[in-house]
Amino acid sequence: MFEKAFLGRRKYWIWLAILGGIIGVGFIMWLWQFRVGLGITGMSRDVSWGFYIGQFTYLVGVAAAGVMVVLPYYLHHFKAFGRITILAEFMAVGAVSMCLLFILVDLGNPVRMLNMVLHPTPNSVLFWDMIVLNVYLFLNIFIGWTVLSAERKSAPPPRWIKPFIYISIPWAISIHTVTAYLYAGLPGRHFWLTAVMAPRFLSSAFCAGPALLILLCLIVRKTTRFDPGKEQIRTLGSIVTYALILNVFLFVCELFTVFYSQIPGHMDHFHYLFFGHEGHGNLISLMWLAFALMTGAIILLVIPACRRNEEILTVACVMTVIGTWIDKGFGLVVGGFVPNPMHEYTEYWPTVPEALISLAVWATGFLIISVLYKVATSVKEEVRA
Amino acid sequence: MGVNRRKFLKIAGISTLGVVAKPAADALAVEWLDKRLGGFTIPETLLHLFHRPTGFTPGEALTAKRWAMVVNVKNCPEGCKACREVCHKVHNVPDIENPRHEIKWIWHGEYKHVFPGQKHEHIEEALKKIPFVVLCNHCQNPACVRVCPTKATFKRKHDGIVLMDMHRCIGCRFCMAACPFGARSFNWIIPWPRERAGTMPRFRKDKEPPNPEFPTRVKGVVEKCNFCAERLAKGQIPACVETCREVTKKKGMKPALVFGDLEAPDSEVRQLLRSHYTLRRKPELGTNPNVYYIV
Repeated sequence: MFEKAFLGRRKYWIWLAILGGIIGVGFIMWLWQFRVGLGITGMSRDVSWGFYIGQFTYLVGVAAAGVMVVLPYYLHHFKAFGRITILAEFMAVGAVSMCLLFILVDLGNPVRMLNMVLHPTPNSVLFWDMIVLNVYLFLNIFIGWTVLSAERKSAPPPRWIKPFIYISIPWAISIHTVTAYLYAGLPGRHFWLTAVMAPRFLSSAFCAGPALLILLCLIVRKTTRFDPGKEQIRTLGSIVTYALILNVFLFVCELFTVFYSQIPGHMDHFHYLFFGHEGHGNLISLMWLAFALMTGAIILLVIPACRRNEEILTVACVMTVIGTWIDKGFGLVVGGFVPNPMHEYTEYWPTVPEALISLAVWATGFLIISVLYKVATSVKEEVRA
Repeated sequence: MGVNRRKFLKIAGISTLGVVAKPAADALAVEWLDKRLGGFTIPETLLHLFHRPTGFTPGEALTAKRWAMVVNVKNCPEGCKACREVCHKVHNVPDIENPRHEIKWIWHGEYKHVFPGQKHEHIEEALKKIPFVVLCNHCQNPACVRVCPTKATFKRKHDGIVLMDMHRCIGCRFCMAACPFGARSFNWIIPWPRERAGTMPRFRKDKEPPNPEFPTRVKGVVEKCNFCAERLAKGQIPACVETCREVTKKKGMKPALVFGDLEAPDSEVRQLLRSHYTLRRKPELGTNPNVYYIV
């Protein structure tokens, strides 16, 4: 089946070549980082995680969102989603691959990476995150490939794959819950020390992921002869709407607790992010932009006429993806470190090499997604013909 | 050929088992083993029967049930940075000027940064200027140890020192996010100037030679104060405490840094704690710091 990946038209190869070029540039930058150290990034003693970990966190959400398609189809027999489950699963494969790569580029000593396995430490959340992410990657490749192979033979999927599918549903929840626990259990980091962290992660995942999936479906419709379907996209639009409202609601819950209690340690981070502190305020405009985009997207999405119009839905999805990306891929991580535990303000901004390496990881993910989507859509075209 | 399919599978199976068994056993048996072997694994226990770490002579070493430090801030001579200088010298701490990449084992902070929850406008004038010595608190319940995914940082069971194995650290910096005291530094750049420039030898000639008895580190690892575990093993008190004692004695003052066993009722630290009002940094977080401040 994989041979389909090599039978593409000219545009497909040009697209892959562009991605390959971006990966190449980023890889050279990473070699440089590998040689001289993480000092070439914008991170510092005080802001010790940055763009890489932010992207990782955001993409865990995108990966987890595959469950929003798998669950209605397999547990509620919502037949329409049968057409796009493979797209959701392959998107998850690309997203988890990016997560693992972002962790890799963030390590100070990647050559010692296997120490995680050689000295397993069950009391570390990172140990569990490694397990859940790798298993989730395996589950999605395995399930997606098996079901697609069966579809190619016009046969129903084998019965033994069912348990794997059922496991993959809570597993998707687990990857984002465990990732939230990386942050939510640290004493002295008041911005993250909140029980609502995991629910917030899940809600932002379930709007950002399906929104990205809608965009991918529209690209698939444009570039291949396979149409993911109107009903499918419309239903995904409803899911995005609910999840996005829930996401903003949970944020408001957070704001209430922080600002009604008036505890300085909790308020300081929000003040820094949204208003700045004594001239420090690198993220102010980005944070306002994020919430403007999310609020704007909610307004567009709750109006039924707008949501059902695919062009407006596309705009709302782009707004959702960018808004949640700034909030989680940037504000969440940096906001937790500023001010630092000694109440000093150190600013963070990614450097050019850091951005290029991140871009290369994104390109790798999209390369994986493109190749897998090529296989999936070719099989679907073939079956239909 | 000697290797048929059956034999190959057998060998492959056994090797896989060998690779998987150790970590699996570790993961399952950590708690159980820890209780029985005092924090050492079976191979380590066997190894210790035949081999003693170099530089460690039983009887000579300083031992305690729980090492602790008392910082008497008002005894700190004005402008004195001796503790920091000696610490960074004996531990070969990289000298990096850029504050973003700086590596600090012990340093001097202002009251408002060391006790951010206690600051207010009308604080005692003297406290505003006094430098507060800050270092790793060697918490009894350390958050950094809890989060480390490789056990590169760990609490020594018999004396409570929180140690850091710079040769196992993968550089994930989870411990830096977990530490509520900012006590941990990461090697953002190559630690040694000559290597940074791509030339050998490792040390600049104008700098003092490194301490060959303390291991070096590479870029990309986290490090912090180790309460001079390597000196205690040789019967010496921590370098900062020793130096502070000498410097203050010359000035006819009492030492600002005092080190001792918190579990021994007659120790110097216990005597100070009995007779003075002391503070610890962020006690509300429950990490239970072992560094006390007399203000």
